[in-house]
Amino acid sequence: MTVAQRENLDAEINLSADCEQYLTFLLNGEEYGVEILKVQGIQGWTRVTPIPNTPDFVLGVINLRGAVMPIIDLRKRFALSDVSYGPATVIVVVKVVEHDKERAVGLVVDAVSEVYNVDHHELKPAPNFGGTISTDYIKGLVTVQDKMLILLEVDGLVNEGVLGLVSDQLIQ
Amino acid sequence: MFDDEGMEEIKQIFLEESGEGLDIMEAGLLNLNLGEADLEVVNDIFRAAHSIKGGGGTFGFMEVSDFTHGVETILDQMREGKRSVTQEAVQLLLETVDCLRAMMDSIRDSSPYDEPRINALKERIEILLSSDNEAAVAEGAETSEEPALPTKQLDSDTPTENGQADSEWEIQFQPHPGMLQNGNEPSRIFRALAGLGELKVTADTSKIPVFEELDPDCCYIGWTLRLITQEPESNIREIFEWVVDECELIINKVVGAQLENVELAEPKVVPIGNSGDLQPKQSEKPVAELAPDSEVPKVAKVAVPKQPVKPDVDSSKKTGGNKESSSIRVDIEKIDSLLNLVGELVITQSMLVRYSKDCGDSILGELRDGLEQLERNARELQESAMQIRMLPIKVTFSRFPRLVRDLGLKMNKKIELKISGEQTELDKTVLEKIGDPLVHLVRNSLDHGIETVEKRRAAGKPDTGVLHLSASHEAGNIVIQVEDDGAGLNRERILEKAIERGIVGEDEQLSNDAIDNLIFQAGFSTAEQVSDVSGRGVGMDVVRRNIQDLGGCVDVHSNPGVGSIFTIRLPLTLAILDGQLVKVGDDTYVIPLLSIVESVLINPERLSFIANDSTVYRLREEFIPVLDLKQTWQQYVEVDNQEEKDEEKDEEKEEVSESNRLANKLLVVVEADRKRYGLVVDDLCDQQQVVIKALETNYKNVNGLSGSTILGDGAVALILDIPSLMRLYFKNEAIDRMATIAS
Repeated sequence: MTVAQRENLDAEINLSADCEQYLTFLLNGEEYGVEILKVQGIQGWTRVTPIPNTPDFVLGVINLRGAVMPIIDLRKRFALSDVSYGPATVIVVVKVVEHDKERAVGLVVDAVSEVYNVDHHELKPAPNFGGTISTDYIKGLVTVQDKMLILLEVDGLVNEGVLGLVSDQLIQ
Repeated sequence: MFDDEGMEEIKQIFLEESGEGLDIMEAGLLNLNLGEADLEVVNDIFRAAHSIKGGGGTFGFMEVSDFTHGVETILDQMREGKRSVTQEAVQLLLETVDCLRAMMDSIRDSSPYDEPRINALKERIEILLSSDNEAAVAEGAETSEEPALPTKQLDSDTPTENGQADSEWEIQFQPHPGMLQNGNEPSRIFRALAGLGELKVTADTSKIPVFEELDPDCCYIGWTLRLITQEPESNIREIFEWVVDECELIINKVVGAQLENVELAEPKVVPIGNSGDLQPKQSEKPVAELAPDSEVPKVAKVAVPKQPVKPDVDSSKKTGGNKESSSIRVDIEKIDSLLNLVGELVITQSMLVRYSKDCGDSILGELRDGLEQLERNARELQESAMQIRMLPIKVTFSRFPRLVRDLGLKMNKKIELKISGEQTELDKTVLEKIGDPLVHLVRNSLDHGIETVEKRRAAGKPDTGVLHLSASHEAGNIVIQVEDDGAGLNRERILEKAIERGIVGEDEQLSNDAIDNLIFQAGFSTAEQVSDVSGRGVGMDVVRRNIQDLGGCVDVHSNPGVGSIFTIRLPLTLAILDGQLVKVGDDTYVIPLLSIVESVLINPERLSFIANDSTVYRLREEFIPVLDLKQTWQQYVEVDNQEEKDEEKDEEKEEVSESNRLANKLLVVVEADRKRYGLVVDDLCDQQQVVIKALETNYKNVNGLSGSTILGDGAVALILDIPSLMRLYFKNEAIDRMATIAS
């Protein structure tokens, strides 16, 4: 092993201690990130079977290799303008955990962007901007290569920010 | 020795096995005849108690083993014929079983024990033990081949013939390779032995293989132990009790320089004392070896079809407690994944069928043949995989003898419980969920159905009322019946109540059965007095709801003065459903075939619109409420609105267009809660079996839907839950009443 290789290896080990990898995607021009370990896969657009009596940001369910998985439109949840779904639309499948129960949920995004290493020390807490999305669902903001990334707290966002709202609407 | 997780697993296994033990004890106790007890039965109970005690000791639940000790002593005396089986003793033992159950629950939730209850029972056991003859107690403890308490104190109180002087024992201990994997630790055994006296250990390492072949989980070492102790041989054997099936064990007494094999008459591998029959010896059947008893975290007990049925039954009788071999424990997750795979296969098959319809003539014949075969195979595989989940309903029925006995005593009624068809198999999930509704029905029959002895005499019936629980297969369904020979339902009171509550109109004519079935309506109780036995009249509608949630139905047939029969019908499994595919807009939905009565083409003239939002359809001479999902579900309404945006219409026109809109569509007539409803659909498609995929797995349960399925083209179709859908949209009582079928 050359010295250079060893240094590389050391660097990587260091990375894994303090850094986490984030997959980022675009939504109305902004770049959002989710922990890459939460991502189960990326899926092209398929026809979604709508579920009755659900809020509009739950588009319905699709068949993901034999499992029935809900599809959530983050644009609609984030109250952004609608875009039509087409072959270029991408679904990011994330695994979220709630009380030991694991769910697979598809998030509709405009496009998948990059994978970044993010150092935890550089993470800045999100300012309280009192918008549609509670800051509880945002892990923090970080600047990578002069771009601002919004890192999402996926568990909270999906469990409380999406599924939590569904049950409220069902009891009429 | 164990990390937390390991301990948790062991705890689970202990709880599971003890639970089974307690069931055996309870069943046995209920079967005991007073006075002259059946030795076989007492033995069964004793063995169960003994293994709970042993398990408790081994896994560190000393309170359990301590508590069970007294129980064991009583049973041991019964077994030896030194104590007669009295009502009092049986009652006490039953109460200890209940108390042990509560202790198991405490262990499970890591909550504290109910000390006062335990102590009170312990005291009563003590009193019972000392009440008869002191001699029996001492003798009982002594003659039980392994003294029940492994403490020195007891042993010194009851000196045995071996106990007076030191003697030297040579123990040859050769574990089977798999022993360590079952959580047995030789060093623990040696420590326990060292506690008895002076111990010398020599290890025999000759069997350790070369490093490459070494499996670190296997035990290759044998030991020769020399022990100098005052303890009798049975105490030494007790230490080996938990490994006796997993080792070669020879215990010899050393007399001077000579070895005296104390068990010349017996075979070399000797099961320890009585407990030998507790566990299968070297099992003759391979199934038993499949059972990884202590490794499976979540286990389902699964009956496996035995190859030679008759001989097997015989041999299990001969060997007494050899029941383990007829069943294996399978991790429930494994079963579920197998079921998923099979479901997948079914989906693939239906996909292929679809392709075969689309492709040219050339290969069609062969393709069809192949597909037919695939279909047959898939179905067989599916059935056999489903079998794994099936358990005999005995599991659920077994709790009733106790329940009936206790309630009978409490209410001062004489009741005989007959059980038939207990081998009928049901899906495990259904089995677990049917327990509570059944208990409710049985309680209800005991409380309201069967009369007191005086009333029965007055009616010219025998003193003892008969409650008959039965289960059977009937046309793809499981039928469970609860039948009593009591007074039957009081129709006048039911009708009175129903009118009083506004469930039935005053001048309505209802058939007898229709009246009887009113008891399943919410908030209905005809008990003149609310009793703590069958509750406060919130019961029957909950029973019905629970059974409907399982996809089944319940009804009652009653004959005044002769008795009532409650009949529950359940689907064989929850995993697969016979469905009718229908189209609403662009979407396909599945309606369970069981819910469908008929389908008709809508004749617009027969539609009437009441007020703004209700639609009824005249089907022959009956008016049925109509549900049009396209008008109800937001997703369709929005689409419609967009299309009709620019068309302005006045009120009158609207109604005309409404009936025109429904013209040429189909009305699927469905039945839910014994009422009929019409469901408007655009098209009827295939009928097929669908594999149910719960929406809850990745999402949530949705009101009105019982799940989803994947169609041949890979799309997801939602399965409509007709009863809950109708409850959701027809809360209006006026429509409700109109829809009641006067059958």
